[in-house]
Amino acid sequence: MNESLMSRALNYSKYHALPPLLMLLFFLLLWEGLTAGASATLPAPSQVLSETWELIIDPFYDNGGTDVGMGWQILASLERVAYGFALAVIFGVSLGVLIGQSTLAMRALDPIFQVLRTVPPLAWLPLSLAGFQDSQPSALFVIFITAIWPIIINTSVGIRNIPEDYRNVARVLNLRGVEYFSKIMLPAAAPYIFSGLRIGVGLSWLAIVAAEMLIGGVGIGFFIWDAWNSSKISEIVLALVYVGVIGFILDRSVAWVGNRITRGTSAS
Amino acid sequence: MKEKFLQIEQVDMIFGQGAKAAHVLDQINLTVNQGEFISIIGHSGCGKSTILNVVAGLLDASSGFVLLDDKEIKGPGPERSVVFQNHSLLPWLTVYENVALAVNKAFKGKMSAQQRHDWILRSLDMVHMSHALDRLPSQISGGMKQRVGIARALSLEPKVLLLDEPFGALDALTRAHLQDEVMRIQGELNSTVMMITHDVDEAVLLSDRIVMMTNGPKATIGEILSVNLPKPRNRIEMADNPEYNRCRQAVLSFLYEKQAKVEL
Repeated sequence: MNESLMSRALNYSKYHALPPLLMLLFFLLLWEGLTAGASATLPAPSQVLSETWELIIDPFYDNGGTDVGMGWQILASLERVAYGFALAVIFGVSLGVLIGQSTLAMRALDPIFQVLRTVPPLAWLPLSLAGFQDSQPSALFVIFITAIWPIIINTSVGIRNIPEDYRNVARVLNLRGVEYFSKIMLPAAAPYIFSGLRIGVGLSWLAIVAAEMLIGGVGIGFFIWDAWNSSKISEIVLALVYVGVIGFILDRSVAWVGNRITRGTSAS
Repeated sequence: MKEKFLQIEQVDMIFGQGAKAAHVLDQINLTVNQGEFISIIGHSGCGKSTILNVVAGLLDASSGFVLLDDKEIKGPGPERSVVFQNHSLLPWLTVYENVALAVNKAFKGKMSAQQRHDWILRSLDMVHMSHALDRLPSQISGGMKQRVGIARALSLEPKVLLLDEPFGALDALTRAHLQDEVMRIQGELNSTVMMITHDVDEAVLLSDRIVMMTNGPKATIGEILSVNLPKPRNRIEMADNPEYNRCRQAVLSFLYEKQAKVEL
């Protein structure tokens, strides 16, 4: 029993964990080799590690102002994403339901949304700064406006694709209004909604890093910009690693929640 | 037992308008007694499912009306529950929850939570699905799904149970099994049942009367055949029963001689 568990774990790591780890090692070695010469403009991995070691081992120091640990920087960015994304979920799902339910609403709103969704996130920033006169709500607005389009579009597609059978079941059972919405419509559209949320959270994370570079304050985006201005290239590299890993975790978390809620029925 | 329990009066069904209008049903008149098992049989496209949908209230007749227990039906409702062809269980709910959705909606206020729980279990027990309460529809076989679909429909205590080709998507062995179950349950509950089918043996085995539809467009009722056999019926004994074979013969000759369908 224990042995088979052990061998299964070994087998798993052999086929799933080993290849990416080897590849990573290969890339690190390649990078080390390419940046070995004295004329290299970028730091080698070993140099990055030694120069940022202080930051890595103490992620939660606080020297006041923007001089805080990487942990705080990331939490600040995550907080912005959380607020902006939560707003996008509320409005996006509501609008998506409206468009999915009503042909008139779809005809009226869809063309507008199709144009607006192509506007790059950062292009909204000056406008929102002008409107809000403050950097914090502007950053939230950029997150909101970035994440909302895939949520609206996926929700409306999900609502429109609810099988006729489910609608008939609801009609025979006399499920109407709120009951229909919560017991049939949302669960039936949930797989679509969650793929919208997943795209949305990914885009939010892309947008926040860029937006923070411009608005300043505590946050991983401004940390990168600040590091560039003080020529601490190693810190930029470290920040990029963090940004990538956090983005990956965000994406997987939303997928995991979606899977739990739809009970893995998205396939059927 | 009430006579003329379900009355379909002068029902016409026309889809679309103008030149593209399709006249599907023409002057359908049918009276069903309480406790009767009626099958509607006909070639595909003859509008037999449309009749069922009109009785269910999922479609509104273009003209004519349907009375159930002397009341005109308007829209769908739990007293005319439907077993859909492809079971139509909600995939995110377990077997128990699928039936609970129906029971809790229909009997909230009339039964206590405990009574409703017992009623859900009884309904599932009737179709022998008590062993799979916590399974999701994706984890059970097609025949089991249809059993749950039947349990859900029965749990509503409908005045008339509507079966829309309920066994069409099942393999022959599972189908025979479920036909026997439906026959047994109908015998126990004495339900009024209207079943759509294209299977001659199924119609003769289960029905008190078989309604044979002419081919569309403008389909109407061609003949009505009474099956004068005591119930419950045993499918093996039926094989050389003269009345069974007479009925089978009559339906076959209606479908393949009088209403032979020219397949294009």
